[in-house]
Amino acid sequence: MHAALIILRKDLRIEWRTRESVSSLVTLGILLLVVFTVAHDPTPEEAVRLAPSVLWATFVFTGLLGVQRSFLLERDQDCLAGLLLAPIDPAAIYVGKLLANLVLLGTMQAIVVPLVALLLHVDFSAVLPGLLVVLSMGNLGFAASATLFAAIAVRTRAREVLLPLLLLPLSLPVLIAGVKATQAVLAGGLAAAGDALGVLGAFDVIFTVAGWLLFTYVVQD
Amino acid sequence: MPITPVVAEGLRRTFAGVDVLAGVDLVVEGGECVALLGANGAGKTTLLRVLATLLRPSAGRLRLFGEDAALRPAAVLRKIGYVGHESSCYGDLTATENLDFFAELYGLGDARRRVAELVEWTGLGVAARRPVRTFSRGMTQRLALARALLHRPELLLLDEPFNGLDPHATAMLEALLAELRRAGHAIVLSTHDVPRAAALATRIVMLHRGRIDWDGVAGESAGVAIAARFDTLMTRRV
Repeated sequence: MHAALIILRKDLRIEWRTRESVSSLVTLGILLLVVFTVAHDPTPEEAVRLAPSVLWATFVFTGLLGVQRSFLLERDQDCLAGLLLAPIDPAAIYVGKLLANLVLLGTMQAIVVPLVALLLHVDFSAVLPGLLVVLSMGNLGFAASATLFAAIAVRTRAREVLLPLLLLPLSLPVLIAGVKATQAVLAGGLAAAGDALGVLGAFDVIFTVAGWLLFTYVVQD
Repeated sequence: MPITPVVAEGLRRTFAGVDVLAGVDLVVEGGECVALLGANGAGKTTLLRVLATLLRPSAGRLRLFGEDAALRPAAVLRKIGYVGHESSCYGDLTATENLDFFAELYGLGDARRRVAELVEWTGLGVAARRPVRTFSRGMTQRLALARALLHRPELLLLDEPFNGLDPHATAMLEALLAELRRAGHAIVLSTHDVPRAAALATRIVMLHRGRIDWDGVAGESAGVAIAARFDTLMTRRV
């Protein structure tokens, strides 16, 4: 775990210095939000129904970009070789990258969620704790699978195409469950989102454990 | 009795159906400096990456310091220093930050002192506080060498380590390799510079199409014979 934290700190330091990922993610997020909201121009009733799908579609597309960038960092100058040669469990690299991706997704959401509230005139303040639970669980499931598949895709020539092709179909359960859980939270609170949270929880466990176990085989040629 | 750093038996590595390594047997003892010579595509880089455990062999057995390399034990990884064609250093971090990062990953007790020592060895001076992406090829190569030496490895694997180095840095690296070899470290390096290989190494291994074509003693006196042998090898590639 110590090695994972060292890798997390390194990634955050690089991001803090360059702000490349956060700036491109936020720009893409705002663009998607504007397109979704302007295209629909929803009534107040429709806005509450529309908000969950707008939120999650934005998270998935921006998240995809962010996770891909995090592994390009390791590909550049063959930095991954430097990590693999260190006397650490390769799973620690996975955990470090996963934590860095979670921080990135969380930062992006901290900007996007208030913007959705603003553009769609939806009040999230009353359901914020429940919404945070749903977003955190969705983030973990998405980041766990995306980190694993980004490690696979980055070693191929068609990496820009391969990651969405691998990840988007597998992320559908987390996307659907995320939308349903958010709808339930907006309508009646966290208790109403039980089934969807169950799916998110299962997805979190399956992909975190799979990533932990498989990463060693994925990153070694 | 010291444990042999490298024992490779029948190493094969295939890429897309092509045997890049086609059965390499190689033993490297402590205190040896083995120079790998060969034309482009002879398998030098692949062999070094397999020895560094970065590539899994398609067949054959590799033991590093008596341990099965396929298991990549942490104790073995601690003894390996590798420099490839790229620096394995982060362009957006400074040289010092890169070395600090790897020192932490290796859990070095004397990290601060060791990093300062290597920054001085590289001669980067104040440039060590600049992002690595602003470095020249030679400066990056010196940093890559420092990263590989950070944890005082007993086996150094260097893929064309003199590339991009100026004469002063080249002399420094030659002196360091000689010192490490005398101290009992094992060194395997690849180069296209036959006279340098003959002068620096204790042994020359010539690779041709993924196989060892010639394995003999190096040394200044053997330089002419090695050069002639290498010329023959280069004509055979056609």
